[in-house]
Amino acid sequence: MGFIEHLKPVFWEQGDPSRGIYGYRFNFRRIWKLTVWLTLAVTIIPLVVMTVIDYRVSKAAMESEILLRTSRLVSNTRRSVFYFLNERMTAIDFVIQNDSYRSLKNQDRLEQVLAHLKKSFGGFLDLGVIDSRGIQITYAGPYALTGRQYKEADWFKEVVQKGIYLSDVFLGYRNVPHMVIAVKHESRSEGFYVLRATVDMNRLNNLLIDLEVGGDGDAFLINRQGVLQTPSRNHGSVLGQIELEVPPYSEHSQVRQILQYTQGPLVIGYAYIAPDTPFILMIVKEKDRLMGSWKKSRTQMLGFLAGSVLVIVLVILGGSTYLVNQIYLADKRRLMAVHQMEYANKMASLGRMSAGVAHEINNPLAIISEKAGLMRDLLVMDQKCRNDPKLVGLIDSVLAAVDRCSDITRRLLSFARHSGAAPKELDLEDVVREVLGFVGKEAEYRCLDVTVEKADDVPAIVSDRGRLQEIFLNLINNAFAAVDDGGRMAISIERYDEDKVMLDFADDGHGIPKEDLERIYEPFFSTRIGKGGTGLGLSITYGLVQELGGSLSVKSQVGKGTTFTIVLPARLERSESDQEGTNPCGKTDSSPLEAVNESSARR
Amino acid sequence: MKVLLVDDEIEFVSALAERIMLRDIEVEWTAKPEEAIERTKNDCFDIAILDIKMPRVGGFDLKKRLEKQCPEMKFIFLTGHGSEEAFQTGTTETGSEFYLVKPVRFETLLEKIRAIGTTCTGGKNHG
Repeated sequence: MGFIEHLKPVFWEQGDPSRGIYGYRFNFRRIWKLTVWLTLAVTIIPLVVMTVIDYRVSKAAMESEILLRTSRLVSNTRRSVFYFLNERMTAIDFVIQNDSYRSLKNQDRLEQVLAHLKKSFGGFLDLGVIDSRGIQITYAGPYALTGRQYKEADWFKEVVQKGIYLSDVFLGYRNVPHMVIAVKHESRSEGFYVLRATVDMNRLNNLLIDLEVGGDGDAFLINRQGVLQTPSRNHGSVLGQIELEVPPYSEHSQVRQILQYTQGPLVIGYAYIAPDTPFILMIVKEKDRLMGSWKKSRTQMLGFLAGSVLVIVLVILGGSTYLVNQIYLADKRRLMAVHQMEYANKMASLGRMSAGVAHEINNPLAIISEKAGLMRDLLVMDQKCRNDPKLVGLIDSVLAAVDRCSDITRRLLSFARHSGAAPKELDLEDVVREVLGFVGKEAEYRCLDVTVEKADDVPAIVSDRGRLQEIFLNLINNAFAAVDDGGRMAISIERYDEDKVMLDFADDGHGIPKEDLERIYEPFFSTRIGKGGTGLGLSITYGLVQELGGSLSVKSQVGKGTTFTIVLPARLERSESDQEGTNPCGKTDSSPLEAVNESSARR
Repeated sequence: MKVLLVDDEIEFVSALAERIMLRDIEVEWTAKPEEAIERTKNDCFDIAILDIKMPRVGGFDLKKRLEKQCPEMKFIFLTGHGSEEAFQTGTTETGSEFYLVKPVRFETLLEKIRAIGTTCTGGKNHG
């Protein structure tokens, strides 16, 4: 969670700060988004494209490798099966060529030939000679088949027609799968005769079973009607019908894929053994198993891709956030500096203007004061008029009005004092009351109850009056903004410890939510933006308190109120030391400000 | 005790002078700083009450020139420009003096005059 927080830019909640009244130079959120999207696009898109290409290429290569291997296996196996059959047909042909009809009609000779064939080639079960009428005239083998009539048998007709015949596999009398090879021979004296041999399928079966097919594959023979001629591992038993489609005739080995099959996609290689045989060699493999190794590497590749993308995203988010945060903070510092400069300029202008105005007003005020004073003197000293209380009263009113005016100009001057002034000894309560004088009217109109309490043991402190006034005015203005009409504000001044004093500015206003409390000293943070707040008041106040070597803290409860606490050192250490005054007689005496203080204290 | 009042505001300075006089203190006043210099050539005063801001010769300048002629003279400054800045300049340039902001309370001014008069000399030194 903490890490995720780091990825979130600090300016995220601010919307578009460049549009605000403070005019940041950039829209940081847009910059951040642009940076993130662009970097993500130029890193992740190529990576994904490369991975997809690699995925497709490696898959295609794997598939083509599988097809090629299957094709090669089909060709080789077809050749083996063909040689096996051809060898036996050639052997029978050799026998019929080699031995005369007479010799073969001899039972002993025929049995001898069968014995030789069994020994040399194996797989021969019996041997029979059939004459041109279709009667088996001699038979060597386990059954008593001599004299059997085959004239109407299909195979006989075919061998008579084609000269050689190779049967499908059938069970026959023996009830074991076997096939028949029959060869016709023309005898000059006695027409044609046929030599017929039965071959068992074990050898051929073993040949196919021993084949290393791979991928849980299956190698078997079918005939052209789709009947299994040799046993199959997955596609039925001998003489059963396979559920796969019989492939179309082709001279060469072929490989096909069946993607829609109950047990998953299949790779099927097939070859017709020879045009004059009924057999089709089928090699069937499960594609998923064949692709197993590729799938494993595919998973690794996808895992690597996902990991890379995650790392890239985190690095880009983190990097962009860090960089744009830095720009944002720099811009914020720039803005802050500009605003502080503006603020300082404003205060300086205000100071100059106030001083000018006060000066202009003070002179005529002095004239009024002296003239009225003189009038009073004359009246009081003149015996005749001494007892005219009305006239004296009127003059006293004029003098009181002059006092009030001078009080105002003095306050104005006091507030506009230059901030670089050296620290002076001052009474905090005085300063607080002076500042309250500026806002007294507002408090009166809004029926606010403002109290100032000072503990007895609070010493007079040495500090910068101008800064203190700014700090107090900001805090009082804030409190006034927070309370409703008729609300309360209590200011208390206490001793904090030996060298420190503490001021509490407590109000019973709406309070500050907890999430805002951490941000209130941030420049430009304000809940009253657009309603007269600049978001600079507390940030400047905080800065001013620090300049005075103090600390500012806040406690707040929503709905109950807020208390700002300032702890100030009793003596502000400054390089330009306070200048000590001497009276006109050269003795060291109290501060020269005494005179001014005395007059400003008249209230 | 003799007091010299210098302020370019005639209305102010004349009324103030008259009020001081009514308290049995000898006062001379002028609205022109040059005239003040002229007058001290023949006769020194115990106290000079000077306006700081005056045309041609300011209060602080005037004080320096008057001091040359009457080193024992004490000064009280008056100003309508009661800023900290002006006060700083005033106190550093003239040494620590009484410095009052207009409109000054007459009783305060009188107190200062009497204080200086009794503490220091109680009368004139020159003339």
